[in-house]
Amino acid sequence: MSDEAPLTKAAKTSILNNPTFRSVTFQVLMGAAVIAFFGYIANNTLHNMAQRGISTGFGFLDQKAGFGILMSLIEYDADHSYGRTFFVGLLNTLLVSFLGIVVATILGFVIGIARLSRNWLIARLATAYVEIFRNIPLLLQILFWYFAVLSALPSPRQSLSFLGIGYLNVRGLYLPAPVPEPGFLAVEIALLFGVVATVAVTIWAHRRQDRTGQQFPVFYTALALVVGLPSLVFAASGFPVSWDMPVLQGFNFRGGLPLIPELVALVLSLSIYTAAFIAEIVRAGILAVSHGQTEASRALGLRPGLTLQLVVIPQAMRVIIPPLTSQYLNLTKNSSLATAVGYPDLVAVWSGTTLNQTGQAVEIILMTMAVYLTISLLISMLMNWYNRRKALVER
Amino acid sequence: MTDQADEQVSNGPIIQIEEMHKWYGQFHVLRDINLVVKRGERFVICGPSGSGKSTLIRCINRLEEHQQGRIVVDGTELTNDLKNIEIIRREVGMVFQHFNLFPHLTILDNLTLAPIWVRKMPKSEAVEVAMGYLERVKIPEQASKYPGQLSGGQQQRVAIARALCMNPKIMLFDEPTSALDPEMIKEVLDVMIELAQEGMTMLCVTHEMGFAKTVANEVIFMDEGQIVEKAEPETFFNHPKSERTKQFLSQILSH
Repeated sequence: MSDEAPLTKAAKTSILNNPTFRSVTFQVLMGAAVIAFFGYIANNTLHNMAQRGISTGFGFLDQKAGFGILMSLIEYDADHSYGRTFFVGLLNTLLVSFLGIVVATILGFVIGIARLSRNWLIARLATAYVEIFRNIPLLLQILFWYFAVLSALPSPRQSLSFLGIGYLNVRGLYLPAPVPEPGFLAVEIALLFGVVATVAVTIWAHRRQDRTGQQFPVFYTALALVVGLPSLVFAASGFPVSWDMPVLQGFNFRGGLPLIPELVALVLSLSIYTAAFIAEIVRAGILAVSHGQTEASRALGLRPGLTLQLVVIPQAMRVIIPPLTSQYLNLTKNSSLATAVGYPDLVAVWSGTTLNQTGQAVEIILMTMAVYLTISLLISMLMNWYNRRKALVER
Repeated sequence: MTDQADEQVSNGPIIQIEEMHKWYGQFHVLRDINLVVKRGERFVICGPSGSGKSTLIRCINRLEEHQQGRIVVDGTELTNDLKNIEIIRREVGMVFQHFNLFPHLTILDNLTLAPIWVRKMPKSEAVEVAMGYLERVKIPEQASKYPGQLSGGQQQRVAIARALCMNPKIMLFDEPTSALDPEMIKEVLDVMIELAQEGMTMLCVTHEMGFAKTVANEVIFMDEGQIVEKAEPETFFNHPKSERTKQFLSQILSH
């Protein structure tokens, strides 16, 4: 053995040089450090709270809230519980996020495609839009829309009137609210029928094209079924809907469908800001589809519309979806800036007012974080699922 | 097969290009191109890079627009009329240097896409046609795979089959073997030779001189946007007239 140098050397090597031993040791140490750290924080917090006589737990959820909230999608007044304020805030957050995502997506796709336009003016305007709104801090934009634009609107008595139907003033936007009358059920049934029939026609048209090659104008048929048919029924049954018109009473409008300026400012700024990012994502996605794809499709005789529909968009979507997901997440999380203009979202109502009144900081902050985490993970899951379905197969 | 091919040759011109000019901005890419291709003829176009040979064949299905002169394909003149352009594109198949298969569709869907949407063919029929062409290019077993899973040579054969599925009267090849590994060139050329033997009208931009010798009726040499020399392969390779052609041939044949 002694004359075989390498073996002797190996035998002498310390266990500290063994990669497996090292990695296991480091992981155990790291795990212990993390557990110790959080253990210390939890222990410290509980100790401090006990010392100051703060009760822990979720008992406060049933207590009476005692404060009003500017806007609520569910029935709410000061007599309701703190638990209810949580849901009011949550629904307001979901509303603003949903509206923001819808508007930002539409605006973003339009601006993104406009930036690729051959029309010099359109392309430059889109570029200016992107560069301006992407590079100004979001909080500033929210404040701008709320204080500079919406606060500069006239008082209710001098409201801007849209044909005497809608009114815009410093208190918000007031629209007529439709009130269905007895005959309206027929219209709803017609709409439902139209939607079901559209699905059926789409499937049938698809099968017929597979079978005979004939194409069917699915879009116009769908339009006729979903929009035309209910409108026809609506007209035939003598317009069975009455409108609850906003009416000026004293210092403000009553009735109708009010949209508070806080909501309008927030949806506007969130969607305009995020649309600038979405526009860039859409532009990048379309540019990522090589020109050769378009040429190959056109060379096969496919019209520009079909080329876009069958070749370019399906490929661009794969590039667009992952960063689009993260913009949706950003928008949802950024909606917590609502506090700045006093829109009663989850952060303002729950980790603002409710926290101040109850002092249950740990529970409330944990619940709030859990909510945002859940919403974000749900959006991610949905988009990942879509992305996986569309992913390219290679190798 | 050869009978059919000869019969088609006698059928008169299918492509007529008269005094055609094209500019990219200030740059005069194609100068005074005159060319007549008869049904069933096979033309090979060669020349140094930048000589305008790709641009020329891309003008035939209007992937590039010409500014002066006339191009008539199968009796239809190419103008800005979109309907005419679509009619011509249906009859003219094209194979690209970089294959340009649709990566998001299976091989079979790549082949059936245009027959279904442009020819309005029932799916079952389109699939039948597509499988027929896949067998001819000898890769029917790849039908359900995606382009990214195939080798370059296989992808190019799929691209040829995809163009053939539209049952075109003319096939344009834009350097079909230039992006391929040497081993794969032969499998693609074999398919093209077979197609030529069946009497397909073909215009092929290529530097495969062996292919030109076996298949072409005429070889065209282009330089600086002009047709410098046009001759039968035997004359072209053995007795080129212009100095420029001789120089070019010595360059590419010396290896």
